Order: sequence, then C-alpha cells, then structure tokens
Amino acid sequence: MTSELDIFVGNTTLIDEDGLWVGGTVSDAVALRVRSGILEQTGATAAVLQSDTMDHYRTFHMLERLLHAPPKLLHQLIFQIPPSRQALLIERYYAFDEAFVREVLGKKLSKGTKKDLDDISPKTGITLKSCRRQFDNFKRVFKVVEEMRGSLVDNIQQHFLLSDRLARDYAAIVFFANNRFETGKKKLQYLSFGDFAFCAELMIQNWTLGAVGEAPTDPDSQMDDMDMDLDKEFLQDLKELKVLVADKDLLDLHKSLVCTALRGKLGVFSEMEANFKNLSRGLVNVAAKLTHNKDVRDLFVDLVEKFVEPCRSDHWPLNDVRLFLNQYSASVHSLDGFRHQALWDRYMGTLRGCLLRLYHD
Amino acid sequence: MPGKLKVKIVAGRHLPVMDRASDLTDAFVEVKFGNTTFKTDVYLKSLNPQWNSEWFKFEVDDEDLQDEPLQITVLDHDTYSANDAIGKVYIDIDPLLYSEAATVISGWFPIYDTIHGIRGEINVVVKVDLFNDLNRFRQSSCGVKFFCTTSIPKCYRAVIIHGFVEELVVNEDPEYQWIDRIRTPRASNEARQRLISLMSGELQRKIGLKVLEMRGNAVVGYLQCFDLEGESGLVVRAIGTACTLDKLSSPAAFLPACNSPSKDMKEIPFNEDPNPNTHSSGPSTPLKNQTYSFSPSKSYSRQSSSSDTDLSLTPKTGMGSGSAGKEGGPFKALLRQQTQSALEQRGGSPHRFCRRREFPFFTLTAFPPGFLVHVGGVVSARSVKLLDRIHNPAFVGIMGNTRSYKLLDWNSFNSDEPETRDAWWAEIRQEIKSHAKALGCHAVVGYSESTSICEEVCILSASGTAAVLNPRFLQDGTVEGCLEQRLEENLPIGCGFCHIPYDELNMPFPAHLTYCYNCRKQKVPDVLFTTIDLPTDAAVIGKGCLIQARLCRLKKKAQAEANATAISNLLPFMEYEVHTQLMNKLKLKGMNALFGLRIQITVGENMLMGLASATGVYLAALPTPGGIQIAGKTPNDGSYEQHISHMQKKINDTIAKNKELYEINPPEISEEIIGSPIPEPRQRSRLLRSQSESSDEVTELDLSHGKKDAFVLEIDDTDAMEDVHSLLTDVPPPSGFYSCNTEIMPGINNWTSEIQMFTSVRVIRLSSLNLTNQALNKNFNDLCENLLKSLYFKLRSMIPCCLCHVNFTVSLPEDELIQVTVTAVAITFDKNQALQTTKTHVEKSLQRASTDNEELLQFPLELCSDSLPSHPFPPAKATSVDYSSFADRCSSWIELIKLKAQTIRRGSIKTTVTVEKASPMGEGNFRNRSAPPCANSTVGVVKMTPLSFIPGAKITKYLGIINMFFIRETTSLREEGGVSGFLHAFIAEVFAMVRAHVAALGGNAVVSYIMKQCVFMENPNKNQAQCLINVSGDAVVFVRESDLEVVPTQQPTANCQPLCTEGEVTT
Repeated sequence: MTSELDIFVGNTTLIDEDGLWVGGTVSDAVALRVRSGILEQTGATAAVLQSDTMDHYRTFHMLERLLHAPPKLLHQLIFQIPPSRQALLIERYYAFDEAFVREVLGKKLSKGTKKDLDDISPKTGITLKSCRRQFDNFKRVFKVVEEMRGSLVDNIQQHFLLSDRLARDYAAIVFFANNRFETGKKKLQYLSFGDFAFCAELMIQNWTLGAVGEAPTDPDSQMDDMDMDLDKEFLQDLKELKVLVADKDLLDLHKSLVCTALRGKLGVFSEMEANFKNLSRGLVNVAAKLTHNKDVRDLFVDLVEKFVEPCRSDHWPLNDVRLFLNQYSASVHSLDGFRHQALWDRYMGTLRGCLLRLYHD
Repeated sequence: MPGKLKVKIVAGRHLPVMDRASDLTDAFVEVKFGNTTFKTDVYLKSLNPQWNSEWFKFEVDDEDLQDEPLQITVLDHDTYSANDAIGKVYIDIDPLLYSEAATVISGWFPIYDTIHGIRGEINVVVKVDLFNDLNRFRQSSCGVKFFCTTSIPKCYRAVIIHGFVEELVVNEDPEYQWIDRIRTPRASNEARQRLISLMSGELQRKIGLKVLEMRGNAVVGYLQCFDLEGESGLVVRAIGTACTLDKLSSPAAFLPACNSPSKDMKEIPFNEDPNPNTHSSGPSTPLKNQTYSFSPSKSYSRQSSSSDTDLSLTPKTGMGSGSAGKEGGPFKALLRQQTQSALEQRGGSPHRFCRRREFPFFTLTAFPPGFLVHVGGVVSARSVKLLDRIHNPAFVGIMGNTRSYKLLDWNSFNSDEPETRDAWWAEIRQEIKSHAKALGCHAVVGYSESTSICEEVCILSASGTAAVLNPRFLQDGTVEGCLEQRLEENLPIGCGFCHIPYDELNMPFPAHLTYCYNCRKQKVPDVLFTTIDLPTDAAVIGKGCLIQARLCRLKKKAQAEANATAISNLLPFMEYEVHTQLMNKLKLKGMNALFGLRIQITVGENMLMGLASATGVYLAALPTPGGIQIAGKTPNDGSYEQHISHMQKKINDTIAKNKELYEINPPEISEEIIGSPIPEPRQRSRLLRSQSESSDEVTELDLSHGKKDAFVLEIDDTDAMEDVHSLLTDVPPPSGFYSCNTEIMPGINNWTSEIQMFTSVRVIRLSSLNLTNQALNKNFNDLCENLLKSLYFKLRSMIPCCLCHVNFTVSLPEDELIQVTVTAVAITFDKNQALQTTKTHVEKSLQRASTDNEELLQFPLELCSDSLPSHPFPPAKATSVDYSSFADRCSSWIELIKLKAQTIRRGSIKTTVTVEKASPMGEGNFRNRSAPPCANSTVGVVKMTPLSFIPGAKITKYLGIINMFFIRETTSLREEGGVSGFLHAFIAEVFAMVRAHVAALGGNAVVSYIMKQCVFMENPNKNQAQCLINVSGDAVVFVRESDLEVVPTQQPTANCQPLCTEGEVTT
C-alpha cells in the first residue's frame, strides 16, 4: 500500500510556525521535527509527520512566487491567510542566518558571488537551498530599492512588508553591498553582523546624500535623497581635516586640550597620552583617504587597524574609549585655527558611534 | 422581454505575461451571454489593465437568465496571429433574480483556465433589471429561492413544507463527442464546464417551476449532482424540499435598510402565488427540452433488472432500527404484508398526506420543533443498472491518450432519455416509500440519493429515515388547530421522536422494545439508526462521536450483465456487514443511537467498497446498550479459550474507557421506583457469521434465550477474528478532539468563533494483484484511520476542537487505486465552559425545547454561543501563548504597511507622515465592514463551512446558492509537483473561486458547503492528469454576535459596505 496522493487544503491556509520549509529538503525538515520531540508531544506517527511536512512544502512552493513580491501576497485570492500569518510568512522567508550574512556582507551580489555559495554552505553548515534563498532575497531587495529615492528603510518596508527590525537589517545589507565594504578580512572576523548593521545605520543617517538637506519626513525635499550612496562631496571635503594632524601646532594643542580634560579620569591615561598622536593621525587619515573607492571599501579594516587594535593592545576599558572619543571630538571646537567644525562633527559623530560599537573582543 | 442584464468590466490585475518580448500583455475582454457577445477595448501593454468599460446590456428572457451563465473571457490581443485566451470567468447570475438576495455582483474574480489554473483577476460589475412577467405560460421560475442548507434557513420561518421536488436533465458528454478528437483539451473542458453550467441552470429553473406549481416559494435542502456516465452521457439531477418560507422580522431590524431602493422595484410578490393558473405540465417543457434530449428513436436503454429477476439484480434493503434490523429477500414478502396492515391501522392524517404527494420525502435533516413526531429507522434502497454500452473495444478511459481512439461515427452515439433515468429513480423511490410504510411511517426525512458508476455499471442508491411528521407544517393553515394541539400535548419533550411509530404486535423486523427511559409511557427500540441530525430537543447523555464502518469486497472482473449480477449478489452481504460493523462499534462506544448515517457503496473494476459514517450518541430515552460477548466455536481448546477471554477483557476495557471518554454516565433509574410496567426482558441476538450461507440465514435470529443485554460475536473463522481486531484498532481521537458527521456535536454547545474548513484527499495504490478481502479491508481501514490521524495532527493548534460534518467519499478511479476525499470543518470550543454545561445540558435542552416551541424555527444555536463574546481576532487565539503576542504585533504593523503599499500602488511616494494621515481613514474602513477585523484591505475574509451556521455569529441574509463546476487538466504533471501538487493547487483554486464569488455577491461566508464530486484521473506515463470538481453551498452575510450587541444601529451600512466599496478600495 503506497500513498499516491496525499493532500490537505484548508480554507484558511495553514502555515507552519517553525518555518522549516524555508531551507533544506523535506527529509531534513522531518528529521528536525522528529528531533524536536513533536511525535512524543502529539502521539503522531512518522508517516503523519511526513505527510504534514509535505503539505507545508507544497504550500510553500506555491507561495514562494508570491513571496518574491510580498504585496502580491496581500492581494492574491488563492490563499486565505490571516494577516498575522502573512506577516510570519514574509518574516520567515526574508529571515537570514548570521553566519551566512557575514560571508556575503559587502560582496557584490552578482553571479560570481552566487557561485561561492557552494563553498559557503558547507563552511557555515547552512543548506545550499537556504543559502540560495537568502542570497536571492538580498539580491532581490537590492534590485528593487537600488534606483529608488527616499528612505532606504521605508522603501524596503513598503515593497517587502518587512518588520522594522528586518527592514533595517536589509538596509544595512543593501548599503554594504552597494559600497562594497570589506568585512571578510581575518581581523574583522570578531565583528558580528549587528556591529556592521549598527555602523551602516549611522552612516546612512549621516554620510549619505539623504542625510543632507531638510527633515527626511518632508516628502517634497526627498527628490534628491539617496540613501545608498555616500555623499561624494562630503568625502571630498574630508581632506580638509588633514590639517588636524598635518599642522603640528594644531595637533599639539589638540592633544593638550584632550589630556588636560581627561587627566585623572582615564585609567589608561599614560597610554593615551603616549598614543594620542598615532591615534589622531589614524582617525584623520582614514577620513582623508575616503575619496578613493578602494579606501572606502577598507574603511572597517582601517578603523580596526588604526584605532581598535592599538587601544585593545593597551587594554583600554570601553568606558575610557568613550571618554577619550568624546573629548577628542569635542576638543576640536576649541581649536581656533580649525575652520571645519561642521564637517568634523558630521565625520566624527558617526565615527565615534561606530568605533564604540566596534570596540570589543 | 422580461430582463436586462448589465455588465461592466472594470479592471484586471496580476495578469500573466503573454508577450515574451515585452514581458507584458495586451488584454481585452469578451463578455458573452447566450448568443450575444460584447468586447472591450484592448488595453495595451499592461499586466494591470484598466478597461473601465461602458455598461454592456443584454436584453434577454428570464428563462435564459436562469439557464445561461455569464461568460467572461480575457484574451491577449495579437495583431498577426489568433488572439490567445488567458482564461475565463463564469458567473451564475441566478442570485440576482430573486429579491432578498444579492442586488449586484461586483468584485474581483479569478481568471480561470482549465490548463493553467488561475491567471490573474478581473473586476466585474453585474446587475439585472427584471420586469414583472405577465405571461402565465412562462417557463421561468424567477423568484424561487434555493438553499443547500438542509434545515429551515436561519432568518426564515417555514409556513408550509410542501415536500419533495426532483428533476433531471440528460445530455451527451462533450468529452465523448466526435469533435473532441480534433479540438484541444482546453476547448473540450470548456465545452463541458459550460454545458454543466447550462444544465444546472435549466434544472434549477425546472425545479423552480414545480415549486411554483406546489405554491411554494423556496427549495430547501437542494442537492444537485451530476453523473458522468461516460459515453452514455451526462446526467444532472437534483432533489430538494419545496417550502413556503416567510422572512422573519429580524429583532435588530436592520435588514430592510440593507436593501437599496432600486431593490424594491424588482420585487416579485412571491408570497402570494405569482402564478395561480400555471398550466405547466411538470417536467416536460416543450421547447427548451428539445435542445438537450435525444429523439426517442435513437435512444436505447438496457436495464439489467426485469420484474421477475428483481430480487437478485436489484437488492433494495430497508434497514430497520432494531439490533438485527435487516431484511433479506424472503423477509420482503413479510414486509409488504405489514405495509398494508400498518397503513390500515394508522389512517388519519398521515394517510391523507400520503395520498396527496407521490413521494412524501424531505431532504431536510433538521426540523422545526414539533415537526418530527416519531422516527422509525433508516430506509435505503439500491439498484444496479447497466448503462448503455457502445461496442468500441478501443475505448480505454477518459484520459487524453484515448481521445484519438474515439468514434467518428456520430450515429452510433446513444443516450438515454431523461425518462429512462426518471424511471430508474422512481423505482427506487417507490421502494423507499414502501419500506417507510412498513415501518409504520408516512414520510421519509433526511432523504438523499447517490450513484456510483464504473464503466457501464451504475449503482443507484437512496436512503432516508422513515418518520411520522406533524401535519401542521405540511398543509395550509386552517385544518391544523386541535389536531396539532393534541399531538403536542401527548409528546413528551426530548424523547417523543424515539417512540416507535410501528405497531408493537406487527413489528416489521425483530427489535427489542422497552418502555421509554425518559417518559416511561411509550415503547422505544433498543437502538435507533437515522440519517438526520440529532433533534435539538433530544435528551442526550455525554458526547457523541464519529463511527465508521469500512468494508471492501473483491469482485471478479466481468462485463455487462454478468458484472451487474455479480454486484447485485454482493450488495446484500455488504449491507449486512456494514450494518454489523456499525452495530458493534456503536456498542463498543457504549452508545445506543446513530445520527447522520450515510452508507456509500462504491463500485470499481474488481472490487466493491462500502463506507458508512454516522455520529453515535447515547439517547437518554433508549436503554443502555449491552456489551459485546465473544463466543468461540471450538470450546475444547484451552489456549483458544484463553485467547477468547483475553479478547473479551480487551473489549470490556474499551467499552469502559469509551464510556469515560464520552462522558456516558446515564442515571441509574431502577424500574420499580418509577413504577412503570417492567419491560419485557430483552433478548440477545446472535449473529451467525458464516459467509457461505445466503441471506435467509440472516433472518434466522436466535430470539429465544441467552443473557440479557448481550451482543454475541462468534469467532468461528479468521474472518471474524479480523473483524474483532479491527474493532479494537480504531483509535479514539487524541484528547481535546471530538468528531461527528452531523451539524451539532451532542454535548458541546459553547463554540468559539474559530473555524477551519478543509478538504483532504488521499489515493493509495494497492500493492499486489492477488489481494484477499482481509488485506483489502486492512488497507482501507488504515487509509481512513491514517487520514483521520493526519487531520488531528494538522489541526492540533485548534485544540480543544471538534471536527463537524466529517464527510468521507470513496472512489475507485482505477484498478488498484482507492481514493478517499474528506471535507469537514474544525470548530474550536471553550473547554472550561464545556465541563460546566455538559452536566446541565440535558435539563437545559429540555427547558429550551419547552420554551422554544413558541418561537418557531429558530435553532437554538445562538444560545450556545452567545454566552461568551467571540474573540475579535480568532487566529491569534489558536496559536500557542508565546506566539500570540508576536502575531498581534505582526498584524498591527502589517496593516500599517498595507496602507503604505496600497498608496504606493496608486503612484505616490509615501512617507511616515502621510501614512499616519491615511490610517484613520483606513481603520474606519475596517470598522465599517462586516468582515472580521482581520480582513485585509483588499481581500475580505470569506468563511466556508459545511454546517448551516457560523459559530458565534448570526446569519442576516442569504444571497443565493453557489453551484460551481470546474475542470482542470495538465500535460505537465511532473512540473506541477506531481499528482499531489496538481490537486493541491486545484483545490486551493476552487476555494479561491468560491470565495471570490461569495465576496462579489456581498457575502462573507458560505454555509452548507459541500464538495459533491472530486473526480481525479491521472496518467503519469503521459505526464497528464485531469480533475473535475463540483461544489455548492449558500452564500450568506453574517454578523458577529458581539458586533450585534455593541452597534446594532450601525450595522446596515456595514452589510452593504463590502458590496460597494470592494471595487473602489482595490483599484
């Protein structure tokens, strides 16, 4: 007796909460479910589980086409799915694995990268099917919002109906892919996707074209807003900051201002005093180099090399880093000879946030 | 010219890409009604065309309005080659033809193609202007309302229940026409779909005429089926119950407001007879009929049964209510005699009634209080017929590969006239009628008819419940008065229907009578089988459960008469076995009555399948069922004895467990205390289980001695062992689950609002060719049990819940294939309240029955659910606790996002600020809709249920019947995910199309939904499959009871809202 055909169709489409259908084969999913102890909980047989899993896979297979453009899922008539389940479906489908996203973050979402998935899958322990889905999701979102004006997060939310949190993550992924930031170097391995996403958000808020101009909520002023690209003019201007390290007087004054303010407040004061010029040179040089695309890509490598690693080797506590960066940024306002205060704030405000996030073991 | 049909094509969306080069489509629409066709302009290069056409007007007879469907075809314009069809929409405009139903059909319809499935959607508006018809010889029956619901619809009152109406129409099947050889599968499928639609329309119109003739205004319990007889044609037949219904003045009084002013203009005064002098001569409508029937000279019919071979070829069995209620052939003579005497003894009103109507049948399964006086038992009849056979050896099947073999010779095509089929059914109905009379009953309720066809053999079946009815409802007012009063006074509440209608001294079959355990005045049988729903006022102890008897019998492959004879010979044994199984299982559950009994016998090439489903209950009025005793035939063997006693223990344990599970703890009433006459000791019946003997042994019942209350199973061969085993292998549903095949689950009366209707289909391939009956039985049993287990697993998130109206259908599509289709609805209930109420349920129902008699025909379902306000967001409730918060969160933001998405579609860029501006308006929209709050912005939720009610809600309006027939075919089966993928997608599409039609009528639910046919054929070698599905139900508007209480005044707008706004919101 073999089952030729076995289906279950509900007027309300049943969506499995565990969302196992998003990756792997049916037998993988069945094995996973068996391990979850569902058979013992429900007293069901393996055959029942197999049949149920097949139903979910079939449903998913039919829904997948719609999930490529989630608004379609809302307007279609074939599957009656309660809104909460629609949200769940979309959320599950667009969910990604930390391990996977770290592999492709900052890479061009091209065919070449797609070929790498064959290597990424065994490396991360994520099934190839799941890898492909995640990669295709990244690429699809990228393609849709690439040429779009307006807030990146809003665009993603509108076209993919993602939750706020997931939409922000995708904004970061798209932003990184667009600017091709290097994240795969060995010294960057300690950083999580969350660290990068945090930085991406700060950069989108402050360093892109969308960041200049009026309030971002005013629809009329958004015509030139582009969240994807860094503000080229701003990057050009950053060269002007070089004076802070090139002018020896200015550098000394800056150092003394910082040291005076922090004396007695830092546990690592002496190390800071000794390293000040190196650190300052590092931070300012990073800024000055951002005119070149190649250097933009290496932003995170540079930040880690020039700032995070020296501090870490001297065992700066995080709080001392914070105090130092605050003072380091603020003291520039007292440098009379320095004329680019606004530019400095735009640069350092974001960088300070990023560095604090990047500074951990 | 009594009607003007107006159609407007608004827009399309999600169309498929028809031009590969541009990835776009140049779509236009053809609107066809009868022979008139209109076209829209071509909307160039868009997948979301906005035609916004003018109103296309068709001036037509109302006869055509009833018969013809509106046919909308979406095409892709092609300058150089033929235009490609994208798909079609058939719209049945019947709901627009009677007042009180829908006034407009407007909404998004899925565009359906029989090869590709749903391909986008189209927004259509349809209206009808009807003029009053003064022609007294008209053939139309506009204004007669149709309901699939097998009880008096919720917002109506039955003035008179007239009785049985039936009709059938026959045509040749387009699939078998010579032209099918040269046309595409698509064209063939569409021809079939259109033909069935036409035939359904014609059938409905003819039934309507009969109703008007009877001076009724509605058909309740309308059941339409089609028989695919293959080459001998296509039969569409329908039965129903003619009634005169009165709209109940609703307490909330919002319904009149709901009717738009234009509505009043087309109102037909059908409460008075619109046509007092109709001279229509019943079914033979001269002009129209010719189109579909064949000239008698060509028709040729051969029936396997002649009058003298009647018994052997057409076994018609009446199943009584007794534990051995089984009449074989010889019994029949006795029966006939009793028929006479019973009738003579009765007389009075029932007799009068019988003379009035040819067949006193009622397709209803639930009745107004006081309608049902006594129930006799199940009556059924079956007949094996030979369909016309064409001598065409090349014919193999219906699949595509055989198309090329079909006959070119048009003249050799034979078809029976409708009269032949009519005669067949008349014969069966006559049989049923006489069975009912034998049971001392003048009427049959819960009546249904079905067929099973395999090649040229056809089994016709009919069954129902013999009953004595209160004549008050059956005839026009005046006479009723005192008679009715007397009847009701005599009727003890809650047990009256159990009292035997037949004469104690002249019992039609050996049954064991006792005095009613409820009133102690009348006699009741020990077991009661019925095809109806449990009467609402019945006193029940504990809960009910689904009981199934399953049986397979191998049969030699044979041709024509030999085949029919073989089947006829097998049938009585099958009936007997099924009955025995049912009885055993019922006793094993510790129950004493079956409701909603459906016995389906399916015929295949090399086997017969029997599947009986019913809901077992413990009726307080009936005696406690005895246990089951096992007796061995070889008493000397020690180990054997041990085995027997082991089995016996197991059975006893199961009975005890079941009693606990279903909370069956009848009060111990000592007979002496009551002081009623001591019931005569009940006798044991021993069923001899030898297979070799013919049916006369069955009647040879041992009535003389034995222990009281015992039901003995003799294990004399492996066969019987098998049966005992199978008894014990039926696993009870997991805790938190209950199941029944009736409308109401006895013992559960606090439904919460979450419902999930589903269809599940399984096909198994039997492994070996040399199967035995036992192996076959086991396979079939496993199939059904596994299917049920799967359902319980799938619906586990709804616990505690009950599967209601579980409807199994078996078919044998090929030699080694068994297909089981299940449709049911899972309804959640409140467990805590269930515990409290079950204790008082009996008393409660008694009280209710006594008070409800005044307030007629309102089923006390509201009573069950109004105690708890329905949950505003059902899906969240079903999920586990930690998940629900997530769900809520998701839903709130997704609704916000939806508004964003929508505005984006309009072309403007949205930001947070404007979204906030827009949202109050959007929310307002939600609030104004009658659909539940979880409805999203464009697609309203449409509930579907096989029940006649929606828990926690009140049906405020019936919009008309939905009766749809679809064919889906594929030549790329593997690419569509194999047979499972293909059928899964198709059923989902059928649901979608039903929902879309209901939504377009302005409704938000389908009640009494039924999938009448699901014929699936595959040819994996050719990568092909084909499926035909026929569904029906009543489109309704319902309002949540919680909403009713809060804002009763706001509701009128709410009801009309979906109608008018649907189009605007979405474009």
